[in-house]
Amino acid sequence: MTSSNVPAISARAVRKSFGEHVVLDGVDLSVAEGTIFSLLGPNGAGKTTMVRILSTLIRADAGEVRVGGHDVAKDPDAVRALIGVTGQFSAVDNYLTGAENLQLMADLRHFGRDAGRRRVAELLERFELSDAAAKPLSTYSGGMRRRLDLAMTLVGDPRVIFLDEPTSGLDPRNRRTMWQIIRELATDGVTVFLTTQYLEEADRLADQIAVVDRGQIVAEGTPAELKRRISGGHIELHFSDVNDLRAAASLFDNAAPDLDQLTLQVPDNGGVASLRQVLADLDNARVEIEKLSIHTPDLDDVFFAVTGRTSSKADAQEALKR
Amino acid sequence: MSSLTFTVADSRTMLRRNLKHQLRYPSLTLMLAGMPVVFLLLFVFVFGGQLGSGLGGSSVPHANRSAYLAYVVPGILAMTVASAALGTAISVATDMTGGIIDRFRTMAIARAAVLTGHVIGSLLQTLAVLVVVVGVAVGLGFRSTASPLAWLGVAAVLGFFAFALIWLSTALGLVAKSVETASNTPMFLTLLPFLSSGFVPTNTLPIGLREFAEYQPFTPVIQTVRALLTGDPLGNHAIVAVAWSAGIALVSYLWSVRLYNRRRAATVS
Repeated sequence: MTSSNVPAISARAVRKSFGEHVVLDGVDLSVAEGTIFSLLGPNGAGKTTMVRILSTLIRADAGEVRVGGHDVAKDPDAVRALIGVTGQFSAVDNYLTGAENLQLMADLRHFGRDAGRRRVAELLERFELSDAAAKPLSTYSGGMRRRLDLAMTLVGDPRVIFLDEPTSGLDPRNRRTMWQIIRELATDGVTVFLTTQYLEEADRLADQIAVVDRGQIVAEGTPAELKRRISGGHIELHFSDVNDLRAAASLFDNAAPDLDQLTLQVPDNGGVASLRQVLADLDNARVEIEKLSIHTPDLDDVFFAVTGRTSSKADAQEALKR
Repeated sequence: MSSLTFTVADSRTMLRRNLKHQLRYPSLTLMLAGMPVVFLLLFVFVFGGQLGSGLGGSSVPHANRSAYLAYVVPGILAMTVASAALGTAISVATDMTGGIIDRFRTMAIARAAVLTGHVIGSLLQTLAVLVVVVGVAVGLGFRSTASPLAWLGVAAVLGFFAFALIWLSTALGLVAKSVETASNTPMFLTLLPFLSSGFVPTNTLPIGLREFAEYQPFTPVIQTVRALLTGDPLGNHAIVAVAWSAGIALVSYLWSVRLYNRRRAATVS
């Protein structure tokens, strides 16, 4: 097994191309045992490919990848014995019931008969699937399927878990449940590697975030470190009159007026106090605003901060290249 | 546990999964059994009276029909094997295009287990379907003087041939990009019995077709089954049938394993 000095996951100079298309272009990363690591990036950035390489599904063209100290290319079975993977697309058996799916995993992990049954019952309970245990998967909701998917990953008590966009397509309630489960895993000492498109998700869960763009890591750090580099949070003020806009623009430092739209963007840290201050300043100057909206930093802002482009633009460029 | 014990345990788990699929969704099995049964009814009741007279039969249509029934059953049984193999391609392709196969691949499972589960599951399914078809034939009046040992021989020859076609169908299921393709490509297998000694004696066929019928793998299988059921001399049919089955099984097995291992590398993100 691993000693605490060895990172749970390490990758050095990983490259992968599919034909002409370079998907990973020299990726380095290191994840300490028992932490949550988030790979953050837009569609097509190479996140899924990275997960597939780390989880032994495909081989890198170049570079060295180790999970739990084992080389994924040379000793994939040792890696497989340590890991659990929940991919982007549901990896459940649609012809079996929820309990049978979990039992299948227990059998493949070579649990004994009784130990297997206990583990299945325990996971059904923990993931709130006991009532639906004997029902076919066709009756499961999207959130239930995702929970079952993760429960199946956990049957063998993996020490390292890969989650590829675990909450995409989930409603807010199910997303919260999923976040709670992921936090509990880390509390139990499991190393979690998760990919996401949402800064909020990475922010809430991860100890360490790496931003990936066009197959390269463009920024890395703790959520706090990354957010310090973002200047995207702002309050957007809408005016009905261009004179009000001009008056307001003179009140704030670094405000960005848009004369066509009659809007003004005021930099903001997202706190209630600063919002109150902005409104008070406007009141004191007797400037009328039509409405306002609050814009919290998102992936686009991180992207803009580290690459000077927006991620949607990056997507469009990727699309044109194909 | 040794690696062999793991392989056996994992293959059994996969077999159980496969049989559960079959039991829960019996429509596929019924469809596979339906085709040979329909052809049996068609050939006996519609064509049987006329075709039976060509076997050197009597002037009584009923006698001709039962003579033809006795003649056609081995051909129908071979067709049953081909039809059942179709199901393997469909279930393998369904597995390969679903998300669960990636889960299996990230687990320390004996590599052979997934395919072994499919092949043995399909073999048991084929044997069950064969029993149903024989039952229908007996219901229509088919009688054989064969001893239990000869019946065992029939089961063995058809079972080994089924094993070969199932591996072939597994490869076709792996090579297919979609379930739709996988359900079409093995169709040619169900046509081959018509171009064999299954429905008419090969010496009634025109030159060219006759040679094809005599040298293609279904004919020795059908001739072996026919000889065992009627008590006629076996000749070298059994040896040729076993050789064909072994050859098809070996080539298809190697092809399947190659395809299965290569998919790992070829999967695009």
